[in-house]
Amino acid sequence: MLSSQSSLVMYDEEYQKIMALIERLLRESNAKVIFLVDKDGQLIAATGETENLDTTSLASLTAGNIAATGGLAKLIGEKEFSILFHEGEKDNIHLSIVGGRVILVVIFDQRSSLGLVRLRVKKASNELAVILEDLVRKAQDQHSEFQASPFAEITDDDIDNLFN
Amino acid sequence: MSFINYASREINCKIVYYGPGLCGKTTNLQYIYNKTAEGSKGKMISLATETERTLFFDFLPLALGEIRGFKTRFHLYTVPGQVFYDASRKLILKGVDGVVYVADSQEERFDANIESLENLRDNLEEQGFDIEKIPFVIQYNKRDLPNACDLEELSKVLNPRKVPEFEACAPTGEGVFETLKAVAKLVLNDLKKGG
Repeated sequence: MLSSQSSLVMYDEEYQKIMALIERLLRESNAKVIFLVDKDGQLIAATGETENLDTTSLASLTAGNIAATGGLAKLIGEKEFSILFHEGEKDNIHLSIVGGRVILVVIFDQRSSLGLVRLRVKKASNELAVILEDLVRKAQDQHSEFQASPFAEITDDDIDNLFN
Repeated sequence: MSFINYASREINCKIVYYGPGLCGKTTNLQYIYNKTAEGSKGKMISLATETERTLFFDFLPLALGEIRGFKTRFHLYTVPGQVFYDASRKLILKGVDGVVYVADSQEERFDANIESLENLRDNLEEQGFDIEKIPFVIQYNKRDLPNACDLEELSKVLNPRKVPEFEACAPTGEGVFETLKAVAKLVLNDLKKGG
């Protein structure tokens, strides 16, 4: 389980694995778009017809949606609702929580069905959870070396330059 | 908390504007949105009521440029200020990296400021954050109004820890970017420490 207090760190190797996995899920579920979003609203990965989509906004609203629904769940004594489904006239959104912290978002239309999406998402979620666990372990292992990372060298001038 | 992406070489941080109802949190974001170049900002989202009171949150993604080869992106959020939206406020504080507390300088909002700051302290604690340790700045907004409280008096009550504090008039932009810059600086400094 990912801790909610630690920074999320993504490395190239895991990113490639995640991309391969969601691209496969996109094909197997006949979906239009697939996103992976951190529960804090950060977009982790996206694939499919994303050209005309505001992915940053989508990520933020998805996290807000999951957070609000989680609040509802707690009010009725549930830990969380792990799956949400929004049905539209043409497009639908299927949201599911993976590994406790990451949200898998599948947008699909009539070329697919809720049943197919649920089936494929369930299988992909298990694999995704394993990659995410590896990622956390790797980040923890490298944490001790964090001082050697580029951020340790940030100066006040670097920060001031961002605003000029 | 922050999201460090080595694959796309990006740092993403979350900043939350907190404060009592109608203190000017949304106005801060609107000013930043209006004054930021097209390429550096995303769409501003406001989940508001028909009377433009914030219902859930406002959201503004900003790209500030590169630092040591990493693109820095800040996600700015506001909370709904009205007392009864407390459940929503708690949700928005999840994973926060830095907080801007916007105080309403008007005399009649003095108690509302104190109540909202106490509420911030409690809600941060509930999320596992310590208001004494998290990157935190205070903005005294509406300094232009004739019924604005004495600055020293406000600071004494709201800022005993002496975090960076700024006078502001959000609609004209006075103090708005100074506040944002100060909190961004604290957040990046925190990241440097490996936080």
